[in-house]
Amino acid sequence: MRTGGGDHTLPKVVRRNFAGFAGQHVLIMARNMSIAATAPLSDAPIRHPVPVRAVDWAVLSEGETRRLREFGLDEGVEVEILHRSMFGRGPLACRIGRMTIAIRAHVAHAIHVEAKGA
Amino acid sequence: MHPAPLIALVGNPNAGKSALFNALTGARQKVGNYPGVTVERHSGRMSLSDGRPVELLDLPGTYSLDPSSPDEQVTRDVVTGKGGLECLPDALLVVVDATNLDNHLRFVIQLKALGRPMVVALNMIDMATRDGLKIETAVLESELGVPVIPTVAVRKRGLDEIRDALSGVLGTKAGEPRAVDPDIRAYQRPARALAKAATVEQPRSRAVSKSLDRVVLHPVAGPIILLGLLFVMFQAVFSWSEAPIGWIEGLQGLLADSALNLPQGFLRDLLIEGVINGVGSVVVFLPQIVILFLFILLLEGSGYMVRAAFLMDRLMASVGLSGRAFIPLLSSFACAIPGIMATRSISDPRERLTTILIAPLMTCSARLPVYAVIIGAFIPARSLAPGIGLQGLVLFILYLAGVVGAVVAALVIRRLSPKGSANGSFMMELPRYQLPIARDVLLGLWQRAWIFLRRAGTIIMAATVALWLLASYPVAPEGVRQSEYSVAGRIASGLHVVLEPIGFNRGMSLAVIPAMAAREVAVSALQTVYAIDAEDEDAGAQELGARIGDSWPLSTALAFLAWFVFAPQCLSTIAVAKRETNGWKWPLVMLGYLFVLAYLAAGATYWIASAFGL
Repeated sequence: MRTGGGDHTLPKVVRRNFAGFAGQHVLIMARNMSIAATAPLSDAPIRHPVPVRAVDWAVLSEGETRRLREFGLDEGVEVEILHRSMFGRGPLACRIGRMTIAIRAHVAHAIHVEAKGA
Repeated sequence: MHPAPLIALVGNPNAGKSALFNALTGARQKVGNYPGVTVERHSGRMSLSDGRPVELLDLPGTYSLDPSSPDEQVTRDVVTGKGGLECLPDALLVVVDATNLDNHLRFVIQLKALGRPMVVALNMIDMATRDGLKIETAVLESELGVPVIPTVAVRKRGLDEIRDALSGVLGTKAGEPRAVDPDIRAYQRPARALAKAATVEQPRSRAVSKSLDRVVLHPVAGPIILLGLLFVMFQAVFSWSEAPIGWIEGLQGLLADSALNLPQGFLRDLLIEGVINGVGSVVVFLPQIVILFLFILLLEGSGYMVRAAFLMDRLMASVGLSGRAFIPLLSSFACAIPGIMATRSISDPRERLTTILIAPLMTCSARLPVYAVIIGAFIPARSLAPGIGLQGLVLFILYLAGVVGAVVAALVIRRLSPKGSANGSFMMELPRYQLPIARDVLLGLWQRAWIFLRRAGTIIMAATVALWLLASYPVAPEGVRQSEYSVAGRIASGLHVVLEPIGFNRGMSLAVIPAMAAREVAVSALQTVYAIDAEDEDAGAQELGARIGDSWPLSTALAFLAWFVFAPQCLSTIAVAKRETNGWKWPLVMLGYLFVLAYLAAGATYWIASAFGL
């Protein structure tokens, strides 16, 4: 199995992840749409599931990267913002797969999701 | 080799590991520590279906064998047999959450590469069914090559099957050990594929948790609910504990009375003044400690605690911490020791250190006896408004003073630390809400109560008895106060020189020394000192409040309270901080800054109060 680490900093790689929850879907979308139709997860509408298109691992710390991967975050996985805190600067609660997790805004900013309705 | 085979319980956080552990071992548990680290070691006895006794070890939850905090490191070291913490376990019992197979199976596959005999508990299978998931256990078994047992730990379902399966695999090999890839991503795709193959999915997930979260995490309602819960919690600590405190005091009185029948002399005095009344004045606080821990265990068991951390994250971030630090700090209101130990789940070392350093500023339950006695003696029980009493308000201010002190300390630590304010991280899984399981809560309460009682029976009793001896001898000649003539009195006179400027009298200077062993001892020390001076010794038991109320000026009493808000008065806390930070540097820093703070706060209180003529 290939598990190279270097390619994860590049956002535009269409993942070879067919077994993933929405892998096939992403592949089709990526073929038909322009790559630019992504937005940071922090701007995504609330309670609106969207697939992850790319993660900017380079701006995240080693610990953050590891935890996110342990939570199962990866290109192709479906995420959904569930809650924001009052002034937008606090953490966000979001769903990854079947898990609900809390992350801070700067992490959500590094996760690029498909921009729905673009 | 172990006398009984060792089986390690491993799994992701929130897989229901501890519930399964409690269900399998019942009350036959031991709480200890791993050598060199303060991570609590929970182990228990159980018998397999063939009658063999085994030791079950509940390891801290982790997502992978790549640890990011000290407790996760314990899990890695134990299951891989590195680090010398334990013998290599004879088998692994891996717990997975049936509703989150995608994620939890990765860890199973990673653990399987270790080649240890292994059984998988497919836990919370009832929740999975409720979520509309149908899981083919046979597919999992054949793909993983290990027994997979559906369980519902909280309802004790599947336990016999687990015992059967464990007796079956003990002594066998699950497979040849292979190189373990520490990166959990390596197992992502096989796990997803397997989860997909084994599940018939209907995508309705966590409907209940989701709709509860809409309220609990609501930007406005959420913080209000949290504040309300904390208010109820602290209110309950005082109002619910009144009756049981009365019972304990009654029992203490009975014991002291029956001891009066003993022949008069040294032993009787020691027993009544040193042991019964000294230890008794501390044990009366057991109800409050139990109530506080009851709330903490309920908040943790229901899944709310992580939501509280979520809501607090913004606030904590402003002093350089994260919501994660809120949990140990809240525990520190019961006792700083479990609080400091709970910091082991904080992955950022600097945040962890800051949390350890400020944890003693949270008003722990050991300060309550001191506060209660002084407030009872000096603050009139007047009502300021319906439901708000003056005494309660003073107590609230004391709690607040501790929190404010902690905020300031955290800010100063952040300012002083070399890298400035890096943006810390806060990432936590929000577990599914569940009804706390009575058995687990009761077990936790019993363990905490036992730790407290053991402390009362050992360190607090020893300190009280030693103080009683030092304060009783040598016997003062006629006309000289015993509390000044005795060994303790002379030591106190020396210390008094330093403490007099901040308003402390001799009795207080004397009480401050044994209070280093445990804060509560300050009360029993004052009790002992005044009892020894009193002519009618058995009247000493009830009258401490009245006696200090008559003899201390208000400014002195307030200074004493201020001292106890900040002073680092429990050696066990210092010892835990030392173990947790691997050295003397940080505990000494803690000791130093808390003493300076206590001295200045008590001094300022005394000088200001004196200036107002109090």
